[in-house]
Amino acid sequence: MRHLLSVTDLDATAATGLLDTSDRLKQALLGREVRKLPTLRGRTVITMFYENSTRTRVSFEIAGKWMSADTVNVSASGSSVSKGESLRDTALTLSAMGADCVVVRHPASGAAHRLAAWIDRDSAATGTHTAIVNAGDGTHEHPTQALLDAATLRERLGSIAGRRIGIVGDVLHSRVARSNVFLLATLGADVVLVAPPTLLPVGVRQWPCRVGSDLDAELPALDAVMMLRVQAERMHGSFFPSAREYAIGYGLSTARAALLPEHAVVLHPGPMVRGMEIAPEVADGPRSAVLAQVSNGVHIRMAVLYHLLAGAQQ
Amino acid sequence: MADDRRGGVTGASPPDRELLSAADVARTIARMAHQIIEKTAGADGVVLIGVPTRGTVLATRLAAAIGGFGGTTPAVGSVDPTLYRDDLRRRPARPLAGTTVPEVGLDDALVVLVDDVLMSGRTVRAALDALGDHGRPRAVQLAVLVDRGHRELPIRADYVGKNVPSARDEQVLVLLGETDGRDAVLLRRGAGGPRTDEGGAR
Repeated sequence: MRHLLSVTDLDATAATGLLDTSDRLKQALLGREVRKLPTLRGRTVITMFYENSTRTRVSFEIAGKWMSADTVNVSASGSSVSKGESLRDTALTLSAMGADCVVVRHPASGAAHRLAAWIDRDSAATGTHTAIVNAGDGTHEHPTQALLDAATLRERLGSIAGRRIGIVGDVLHSRVARSNVFLLATLGADVVLVAPPTLLPVGVRQWPCRVGSDLDAELPALDAVMMLRVQAERMHGSFFPSAREYAIGYGLSTARAALLPEHAVVLHPGPMVRGMEIAPEVADGPRSAVLAQVSNGVHIRMAVLYHLLAGAQQ
Repeated sequence: MADDRRGGVTGASPPDRELLSAADVARTIARMAHQIIEKTAGADGVVLIGVPTRGTVLATRLAAAIGGFGGTTPAVGSVDPTLYRDDLRRRPARPLAGTTVPEVGLDDALVVLVDDVLMSGRTVRAALDALGDHGRPRAVQLAVLVDRGHRELPIRADYVGKNVPSARDEQVLVLLGETDGRDAVLLRRGAGGPRTDEGGAR
């Protein structure tokens, strides 16, 4: 593994390998007073965030620190980006400073791929290697989120293959939904998207999943339901009449959650808009794996850094 | 006899030499269990920590044997040294093995680290570092089924099943019923063929 740009770069073996490593790391740190492994001593991980983030940026930073890497955060505001420096120049600068890994979040879809191509051309010339991790590019992909969701589902349900997973809400603007659909399909799950027709992307019929519109009809057969955040900041137009109407059609209310089977799990990638996508009682209820997702996020990101940085460079 | 035992191992052109038969392995483990009881005065407060995969299997068997011979049955756990290795960058990232520390913890316990083959000592060095992050044992001892020499670090075992003088290009294969379908220790000449352990140079 040279970069982690898209979940479609992972086959079932590679994805399962990352989930296994994540479980092992979690196990290795369980109950310890000192949560520090020497594995990535002397490696530098730079997180470069052009969009706001709490959990992703912090969990990458914690993941790096727990494995003894040196982590540095760069955000668009407060760096030369605000003076007009391009993504390419910023990334090549960080690479020239000796970054072993650049974790990038950018509002433009495909930004991580462009970055990896520039970096690869540069490394071919200089003989260095900088791994790029996509931490969310526009409405395209968010691979580590999908991996941590898969880790959480496997932990709660025992398996992923053959399980039916519903993904509900703003699929159009959701890189989380896209990454999850492809990763879960690779791992053998049966994925159902439920969304208002206005919030489904063009080409969704080619995705490896089924599309439904009646949430109440789908819920009784789901092993897990993943609620998506309505991404108001990406909406330039009206996609549904009102928040209230959205909540009535697609929000996971207490009454709706009761339609789920006994064993079913509720996920949300966060940040949650309580009362609209998900009722507070459901978000904090026993089915909710929201906080488990967050803690698995650290272990998954450790696993990704381990696979990218710990071994010999190919 | 040796011929039909070779069935479980594939791809060897010169025949593997059997160093220990299944009966020898059982006797060796029994002897090591007795030595642990003797040296630790009844194995009270002893925790056996295996190095995965076969070290953990051996630790489980040793614990049962110690209990069977009248000692206190020790708690068993395993510690994966991979994250602490000094040769990680020499090979592609390798899969991790399980780490389970017994409920009693390692603080003030007499930890006996158990592995199948002792060679360079680098795995043991990594395992000692890993142990130290899980607690502060009263003392740490080392038990190995086979010591094949070629040490690269100042490490020696407290309990040795069998000393095997070997050449560097030879391989010592430890087979155990739980992981390999049968018990045996084989010496394979020359390079090539599968390695016995995922830990790297031992």
